[in-house]
Amino acid sequence: MKNATKGTRYNMVTYAMVTAVFLVMQGLLLAGKVSNSLAGQLIPICVYVCMAISLNLVVGILGDLSLGHAGFMSVGAFTGVVVSMSLTFLPPLVRLLLAIAVGGAMAGVAGVIVGVPVLRLQGDYLAIVTLAFGEIIKNLLNNLYVGVDKKGLHFSMKDAQALRLKDGTILINGPMGAPGIDKLSTFVVGFLLVLVVLTVTLNLIHSRTGRAIMAIRDNRIAAESVGINVTKYKLMAFVTSAALAGMSGALYALNYSSILPKKFDFNTSILVLVFVVLGGMGNIRGSIIAATVLTILPEALRGLNDYRMLIYAVVLILVMLATNNPILMNNLTLLKKKLRGKGKGGASHG
Amino acid sequence: MMNLLLNLINGISLGSVYAIIALGYTMVYGIAKMLNFAHGDVIMVGAYICYCAMSYLHLPPVVGVVMAMGVCTLLGMTIERLAYKPLRSAPSLAVLITAIGVSYFLQNSALLIWKSDPKVFTSVVGLPPITLFGGELIISSVTVVTVLANIVIMLALTTFTGKTKMGKSMRAVSEDKGAAQLMGIDVNKTISMTFAIGSGLAAIAGVLLCSAYPTLMPTTGSMPGIKAFTAAVLGGIGSIPGAMLGGVLLGIIEIFAKAYISTQLSDAIVFAVLIIVLLIRPTGLLGKQIREKV
Repeated sequence: MKNATKGTRYNMVTYAMVTAVFLVMQGLLLAGKVSNSLAGQLIPICVYVCMAISLNLVVGILGDLSLGHAGFMSVGAFTGVVVSMSLTFLPPLVRLLLAIAVGGAMAGVAGVIVGVPVLRLQGDYLAIVTLAFGEIIKNLLNNLYVGVDKKGLHFSMKDAQALRLKDGTILINGPMGAPGIDKLSTFVVGFLLVLVVLTVTLNLIHSRTGRAIMAIRDNRIAAESVGINVTKYKLMAFVTSAALAGMSGALYALNYSSILPKKFDFNTSILVLVFVVLGGMGNIRGSIIAATVLTILPEALRGLNDYRMLIYAVVLILVMLATNNPILMNNLTLLKKKLRGKGKGGASHG
Repeated sequence: MMNLLLNLINGISLGSVYAIIALGYTMVYGIAKMLNFAHGDVIMVGAYICYCAMSYLHLPPVVGVVMAMGVCTLLGMTIERLAYKPLRSAPSLAVLITAIGVSYFLQNSALLIWKSDPKVFTSVVGLPPITLFGGELIISSVTVVTVLANIVIMLALTTFTGKTKMGKSMRAVSEDKGAAQLMGIDVNKTISMTFAIGSGLAAIAGVLLCSAYPTLMPTTGSMPGIKAFTAAVLGGIGSIPGAMLGGVLLGIIEIFAKAYISTQLSDAIVFAVLIIVLLIRPTGLLGKQIREKV
């Protein structure tokens, strides 16, 4: 990716890969060849792919560990629910797109609020503060009550009675979450969102801004000394990432009939982080593949019932041990070189 | 007035549990520079072991606590040997993900062994509550024992790290691993020992935690784990007195937030305090300020 043409080709292959998978899945869906469990996974896969890409922007490209990414997802999710459920007179697709857009914007605002203090810190301290913000967002949403009636939206941080609704509906009911959501999300919109997230991220990475961000990651002091405004670029990456997470959150929420704030806890943040690390830090294509495989894997292991999460844990540990084993990785590189040497001109992006 | 005093005592008691857990985090961080997210789940295992010893084997509580400590110490050393030692030179994020994998592993093993239904933990302290000021102030015996345990552990650890050979080598390794090795310190043994002590303390914390809040589930350890981690960072991660101070402060803040501000928002308040402290002192209350060298 040192020269622009190679970068462009890499991008094109990534887009083509995603589109091809989408077309195949869409074809299989139309032919009715997809099992129910997999069909139900399609939108969550899109959501987690977007989440993984957006988190990779912070963890891989900016180089700051964030443990509260689910917080931004939940801001987008609940904003999306409020937007879509208070505009019921609009056609479903418009409601969905508006929900995603406003959800992303709100998460972006949350990103600014969180980012300004967080990005002053470094290393593990930064990580723990993102964790703290994630927990704070969850805790606040757990106490948020939103209702809608003819007069418009009502908000409260106390309880549902304090909304004083006149024959309206409660949209968000504190710890009970959002009870009655219209399931508006579709696989096509999910795919389009993946493309949008991908385009934003890849273009950002391969732009002047992206290079500045990566320079900060590689050596903050050196970057600062050549005149890069560290705070500005860090905040830019962080807020973009938050907004993208918010968009995927809105898509996620509108895929279910009800949703709880508890869903977006520390474990969800970690889940997405696992996608990013296993896919490779800063490797966008890796994030897509890891998110897809690891979302399907627990479902595919469903037959093993109680053992599936145990197996997931063991697989996770073993993969981390294997990929960080210098001897094993050296041999793998040698093997790759050998294979490449034999099949000259063949498929070389394996 | 009595109410305030009672809240303060409860806060110190909860904070003592956090402090004991935070010690495990901070010692491991200080010596291996890793965030051991599986630590919270070691607490849970400790509590389950003690529960089993007391309920199924009908052993006295003291034996249960000792068994829990023994099992957790072994568990901590095994985890370190199998999962963390091969990653000594790997990037810190790889170690973090492995720790999370271990955490999933422990939680799901507990789920398989003990099932998801909450167990009711009988307090290990069977003494009657202490009544002061003619019945105006009633302090449960668990609270007193927790605070006492915390003080004993703190004194013992301070002596251990300051006076014994092993403790001194721990401090040396946490300061400079390479130099310590050149001085003839067995780094691997020292790290293993740190995990053993941290996990043994986690078992005590688990038993005390479940004696005060008697529901025991496979996820019991996660939230106290995160809170204790917060406490360790609040006090300055890597610093033993810092973990103590951070833990006790966090416990007091949590209980006061619950009593005087809002029960539901207490977690948000606790984490907000952490953020404010870190913004003023970026390395925690007692943490060492790191100089940046170009």
